[in-house]
Amino acid sequence: METFLGIDYSTWWFLVVGAVFTGYVILDGFDLGAGAWHLFLKTDQDRRIALNAVGPVWDGNEVWLVIGGGALFAGFPDVYATLFSAMYIPFMLFLTFLIFRAISIEFRSKEPMRWWRQMWDTAYGISSIMLSLLLGVLLGNILFGLKIGPDKEFTGNWLEFLNPYAITVGLITVALFMMHGGIYLIMKTEGRLYLQLRMHVKQAIIGFVVLFSLLTAYTLIYVPHLSDDLKEHPVFFSIALIAFLSIANIPRLISKRKYLYAFFFSALTMSSLLLVVAFELYPLILMSTIDPEYSLTVHNAHASEKTLGIMLIIAAIGTPLVGLYTGFVFWTFKGKVKIDETSY
Amino acid sequence: MDVEILSRIQFALTVSFHYIYPPLSIGLGLIMVILEGKFLLTKNPEYHVLARFWTKIFALTFGIGVATGIVMEFEFGTNWATYSRYVGDIFGSALAAEGIFAFALESGFLGVLLFGWNRVSPKVHFISTAGVWFGSLFSAVWIVVANSWQQTPAGYHIVGEGMNARAEITDFWAMVFNPSSVDRLSHVWLGSFLAGAFLVMSVHAYYLLKNRYVEVSKKAFKVALVVAIIFSLGQLLTGHHSADGVAVNQPAKLAAMEGHYDSLAAADMYILGWVDQENEKVTGLSIPGGLSFLLHYNFTEPVIGLNAFPKEDQPSQVNAVFQFYHIMIAIGMALIGISLLGGFLWFRGQLFEHKWFLMLAIFSVFLPQIANQAGWFAAEMGRQPWVVYGLLRTSDALSKVVTANQVMFSIILFSLIYILLFSLFIYLLNKKIQHGPAEDDLIDERPKQKEIAGAF
Ligand code: HDD
Ligand code: HEM
Ligand code: HEM
Repeated sequence: METFLGIDYSTWWFLVVGAVFTGYVILDGFDLGAGAWHLFLKTDQDRRIALNAVGPVWDGNEVWLVIGGGALFAGFPDVYATLFSAMYIPFMLFLTFLIFRAISIEFRSKEPMRWWRQMWDTAYGISSIMLSLLLGVLLGNILFGLKIGPDKEFTGNWLEFLNPYAITVGLITVALFMMHGGIYLIMKTEGRLYLQLRMHVKQAIIGFVVLFSLLTAYTLIYVPHLSDDLKEHPVFFSIALIAFLSIANIPRLISKRKYLYAFFFSALTMSSLLLVVAFELYPLILMSTIDPEYSLTVHNAHASEKTLGIMLIIAAIGTPLVGLYTGFVFWTFKGKVKIDETSY
Repeated sequence: MDVEILSRIQFALTVSFHYIYPPLSIGLGLIMVILEGKFLLTKNPEYHVLARFWTKIFALTFGIGVATGIVMEFEFGTNWATYSRYVGDIFGSALAAEGIFAFALESGFLGVLLFGWNRVSPKVHFISTAGVWFGSLFSAVWIVVANSWQQTPAGYHIVGEGMNARAEITDFWAMVFNPSSVDRLSHVWLGSFLAGAFLVMSVHAYYLLKNRYVEVSKKAFKVALVVAIIFSLGQLLTGHHSADGVAVNQPAKLAAMEGHYDSLAAADMYILGWVDQENEKVTGLSIPGGLSFLLHYNFTEPVIGLNAFPKEDQPSQVNAVFQFYHIMIAIGMALIGISLLGGFLWFRGQLFEHKWFLMLAIFSVFLPQIANQAGWFAAEMGRQPWVVYGLLRTSDALSKVVTANQVMFSIILFSLIYILLFSLFIYLLNKKIQHGPAEDDLIDERPKQKEIAGAF
């Protein structure tokens, strides 16, 4: 396999896919998290402001999912095929909530009736929570491993995605996103709403810490392949430590009203956690719980060298462009939300 | 029912529903760029009012387009896993390029297009509108390239054998410019412009008939009519090119489109007809030797017929392919007729004087939609029994682990969601149209900026 800077193409592509999903989690994480708080906001006015805080950017954030899916499909077709067909039901549910979320943002403010708005608010809040949960559940399953047979096909049962490990990772994801989204909303709001949100962010952090400790204990006891990896590589511990230090920093920054910093630290928390995940997995992508030999890895599931080379060029051209548009949009809509006649 | 049929139904259902919206977004994008451009050039505020009005409708079509698009990307993995393994090397790169080059451009500028009217200058706004439109054109590029590669594979070789065989790329540009992609892309673009133009004509014809917003409606109608005239004629050209290409690259599909069985005979071109698949006969109204003439400029030249292919390599639904193809062509002709008629009336200075013509314009909005769907059904069903023409059969492309019950569950789920979505779409579209291109916003109950500032 060709290399670039001493690293082979398929490992580069593993890093690219990882980076895109990290970007996705940081970006869509805040609007999913903001949506998860939606039903906790009481007045119509507050809800509109919260909605308009994510209004101009959520679609751009979601595109990272589309790109990540494409990147996985192109770079590791076998992983895409095995994972998606094994997780048929969770993916279908994911799509359902994705659709409901998109249309509830779109339709909520189109009618003034109370029941209408209540209905879409509920759809929006619940689908935001469920999407975060499902993302976490999928990640949990990837970490835990799947029953993959010798022909790279899943051999388990369709309900197996619902295991305690995956559900815990799911709940952690919800808490993390709610923290992240809460901080984003604080940056975008004023007055009473803003005070309420400051309290919520603290609750989310507590939830995260409790759940995370639970997961760590569970991993150490029940998931030897992950904990052994951790013990062998002390580096992983230091990255995990960074995640913890940066999350511990957030309440302090919030009480000093340095919200932008708080937001960056919450992004740092999420990216270092994902970095741990990437280190844990590599060179595996999907571990087989039947026989490690059957696992899909960076070395046996990648696309051809030619494709990977082309895709790396595409990524090199495309990434600065995407950065440019994203920056332009965030810059145009910087500052606190102001409701005007084009708002939701 | 087995997984194959169910998965095909599911894919057809979701992709056809999706395809109601992209053509509208692409077509309206073009019209919005023209309207905003005219506003910048003439400073006539009427164009500004129109651009804002159509932006609101665009937001609706675009929103549903986005919501329904991700479904198919995932379905490749969930329902067509073997297919994904087989083509991932080629198909995946097109899909990733689509995301990074097209969707990011679209959705990035979309925020500014929809919410930026008061935040950026008219020039920057115009650039954002153009950015969204270009993004939507690009997204059509990559997805149609991917689909065209399935129809006419090029720039690849096969590695592995039996169940492990898969296609790998050898030449990226040969893959992108495979024999059918240029023809089909132009055909799809033009079909989208027509969908947008006829929607604009329809809505403004309705206003004219009701005597509302008369001045702006006349302006918008004329813009859309020009678009319709140019592209309905253009569509004949790109369609003809496509047919030429199909004759060379997918002879079985072309034979199915005209129900032509006998390879030794000249092929007729039917205006109307019915294929009797059992007896391999077509009854209907035809121009004898018409297809031979279109392909070879000679009425007696034989054309390869379905008989040249073993039964298992023939499309299983010949009559359906035939019907969809003919519906599309009939509509293509009707669109040319309507646009030219409009041009003629305009030339005579009577464009807005005939009630019947306005009525015709109102109802013609359905025609490009039907033609777009029929075109895809003809193209995709004509490709059967292959997913990748000549290489991979549809029945081999399925996910091995997915069961019929799972697919049944998701079909029911999507059907319910799409029924809801479609009803809401129609309801809100109607509401926006009834409200019209007034300067104030759709819902007057919305608090204005000042009130909000006072709320805290
Ligand atoms: C002619 C063009 C065309 C065709 C044939 C298709 N689409 Fe589409 N699609 C678009 C043109 C488009 C679009 C106009 O670009 C949309 C509509 C709204 C939008 O954001 O982009 C879109 C949206 C859209 C999205 C959401 C993008 C986002 O979040 O912004 C995805 C993932 C897909 N499509 C994927 C597909 C797949 C997998 C298709 C085929 C099986 C497909 N589309 C057919
Ligand atoms: C958006 C417009 C499109 C429409 C309306 C459409 C329509 C259809 C229909 C009706 C089928 C079922 C055919 C049958 O079962 O006989 C089908 C199948 C399929 N199409 Fe398309 N198609 C569209 C675009 C695409 C594109 C752009 C791609 C690829 C990127 C694609 C890939 C497929 C695949 C993989 C199947 C399933 C396998 C098969 O049955 O052949 N389609 N499509
Ligand atoms: C005027 C005469 C027309 C002719 C001769 C024609 C011809 C064709 C042919 C041969 C195909 C199949 C291409 C392939 O399978 O590779 C096709 C597909 C298609 N047609 Fe048409 N067409 C016409 C009008 C229209 C109109 C008016 C529309 C829509 C407004 C339309 C929309 C489509 C679409 C969406 C497809 C599927 C995509 C593709 O395969 O290119 N067509 N057409």
